[in-house]
Amino acid sequence: MKALEKYIEKIKPNFEKGGKYERWHAIFESFETFLFVPGNTTPRRGAHIRDAMDSKRLMSVVVIALIPVLLFGMWNVGFHHFLSIGEDVGFIQEFFHGFVRVMPIILVSYIAGLGTEFIFVYIKNKEIEEGFLVSGMIIPLIVPVDVPLWMVAIATIFAVIIGKEVFGGTGMNIVNPALLARAFLFFAYPSKMSGDKVWISEMENSQNIVDGFSGATPLAQVAGTTNEQLATNGGFKIINGVQDNVISTWDMFMGWIPGSIGETSVLMILIGAAILIFTGIASWKIILSAVIGGSLMGILLNIFATEGNPYMALPFYDHLLLGGFAFGVVFMATDPVTATQTEKGKWIYGFLIGFIAIIVRVLNPAYPEGVMLAILLMNVFAPLIDHYIIRANVKKRLKRIRA
Amino acid sequence: MGKNLKLITDPINLNNPITIQVLGICSALAVTVKLMPAIVMSISVLFVMSFANVIISLLRNTIPSRIRIIVQLVVIAALVILVDQVLKAYVYNISKQLSVFVGLIITNCIIMGRLEAFALGNKPLPAFLDGIGNAAGYAIIMIIVAFFREFFGSGTIAEIQIIPQGFYDLGYFDNGLMILPPMALIVVGIVIWVQRARTPELVEEN
Repeated sequence: MKALEKYIEKIKPNFEKGGKYERWHAIFESFETFLFVPGNTTPRRGAHIRDAMDSKRLMSVVVIALIPVLLFGMWNVGFHHFLSIGEDVGFIQEFFHGFVRVMPIILVSYIAGLGTEFIFVYIKNKEIEEGFLVSGMIIPLIVPVDVPLWMVAIATIFAVIIGKEVFGGTGMNIVNPALLARAFLFFAYPSKMSGDKVWISEMENSQNIVDGFSGATPLAQVAGTTNEQLATNGGFKIINGVQDNVISTWDMFMGWIPGSIGETSVLMILIGAAILIFTGIASWKIILSAVIGGSLMGILLNIFATEGNPYMALPFYDHLLLGGFAFGVVFMATDPVTATQTEKGKWIYGFLIGFIAIIVRVLNPAYPEGVMLAILLMNVFAPLIDHYIIRANVKKRLKRIRA
Repeated sequence: MGKNLKLITDPINLNNPITIQVLGICSALAVTVKLMPAIVMSISVLFVMSFANVIISLLRNTIPSRIRIIVQLVVIAALVILVDQVLKAYVYNISKQLSVFVGLIITNCIIMGRLEAFALGNKPLPAFLDGIGNAAGYAIIMIIVAFFREFFGSGTIAEIQIIPQGFYDLGYFDNGLMILPPMALIVVGIVIWVQRARTPELVEEN
C-alpha cells in the first residue's frame, strides 16, 4: 500500500494542469480519492471534527451491512440448486456453487455501473462520486440467480444514466438507481424475471430435475392458491421445491426459500438493519413505519377477505416475511438520498411504502411483488411530502409570531 | 425567400414543436411503437396542419376574434375527418392501429398553437410553409422515436425483421419496456438531451 501511494505521488504531476495527461485528471483523481481520502488525521488535542463521515465511508458501511445477506444468498442459491437435482452435498459445496453463480452477477453489475460512471466523469471532467458502491452491490441481490448477465449489464447502465447521471449524479437522483435497474429488468424482460424457473440456479435447461420439483416463489404460490386448496389444506400450503416440503413461518424468517438472491432471509436482513441503525445511516423511523403500514394493510385485508381473492387471507405477518418486503424496507426505502428528509415526513413515507406494497401485492394479480413499485412511487412523492411538512411548519411559526 | 425558408427549417431543429416547445407529446407516446403508424400519423398531421394554416390565414380578416377558437376547431375537424376517411379506405390496417389517435389530431396542441400564433397574423403562403415546417419537425421526432422503439422493442423496422433469428437463439430478448409508453417518454427525453448537447445555445442560463 505504501509503495502504491508513493508511486501515485510520483506520477501525480503528469495529471496536474499543464501535465502530459491533463485530460485524464478526473479519472486519476477518482482513483486517488477512492484509495487514500480522507488520509489526514487530526491532532489529538484542540478543536477538531470528531467524525469525518463522508459519503464514501457511509457507502462502505452499507456494503458491510449487506455482507450477511450476500453470504446467506450464496448458500441459498447452492442449497436450492442441489435440492432441485436431488443431491445432498453438504454446506461447503452448496456455498461454493452459489458463490460461482452469484459472483459473475456482482462483477457485471460493478463493471457496467462503474464503467458508465467513469465515462461520465471523463466527459464532464468532474470528480468521481462513490454513489455506485452500494447500488452495485444491491442490484445482484434483488435479481433472480438465473438472470442473463447481459440483461444485468443493460439494466445497470440504464439505471446509472437515466436514474442518476441525467439528474446530476450521486445525491441528486429522484429514484433509487438499484430499484430502477430491477424495474427495468422486470418490465423489459418479464420472462426472465418471473415464473417458476428463474429462481433456482440452472433449472431452466437442466435435464436431471427431480420429478415434481417446482421452483415457484412462496409469493407466486400464494397468489396462485384457489379457494378449494385453501379449504382442503386449512390455510396456505407453501412448498419448498417438492410437494411434502412445506414452508413454515420459521422457514420464511430464516430464509431457505426460493426468491431473489438476497431477499429471502429476514434474519440476515435484520442483522444488516441493526448495523445500519446503530451507525445512524438508516432511519429507524422509516423501517418501523413501513412495517406498521404493511401490517395494517395486511390486517385490513384479512378482515375483509373475500371468496374472490384468496390471497387476501394470507396472515399479515407472513406478508412481512415473504418476498422483498424486508429487504426493500431496510436497504432501499431508507436510502438517504431518495427518502424524505424531514423527521415527520419519514413516518408518512415509510408508512405509505408498507401500505402500498401490500395493496399492489394482493389486489393486483399481475404483480405478486409490490415492494419495488411502492418504493419507486414513494421516491417520487418524497419531495412533495417534505415540501408540505416544511410549509406547515412555516405556517405554524408565522401564527406564533402574529399571535 | 430566406425568411420563408427559415419558416420551414426553424421548427425542424431550433424551434422543434416536440423537443423545444414540448407540444404534441400525447401522440408521440401513443403511436410510436411501430415505424409505419408513426409515418402515416406524421403525414396526416402534415396534411391537416398545412391546409388548416392556409384556410385560417385566408379567413383571418373575417373571423370575429371572440369565436376564433370555434372556427379553428371546425376547420381542423373537417380536415381530420377527411384524413380519417382516406386512411380507412386505403390503409385500413394502419388506420386500425392508429385508432382514436387520428381523431385526436383535432386536439393536437401543435396545430391549435400554430393557428393561434401564426396563421391568424400572416398571409397564406408563409402560413402554409409554417404548417409544413412544424409538421416536419413533429414528423422527424416521431420517426426517430418510433425507429428506436420498434428496433429494440420488436427487433423489426417497418415490420421487416432486422435482428437475425440467430441472436434470439443465442439468448437475445426483445426489450418489453420499449413497447410501453414510459419508454417513449424516456426516448423523447434522450432526443432532447442529444439535441441540447449538440446546440449549446438552447441551454438556458440558470
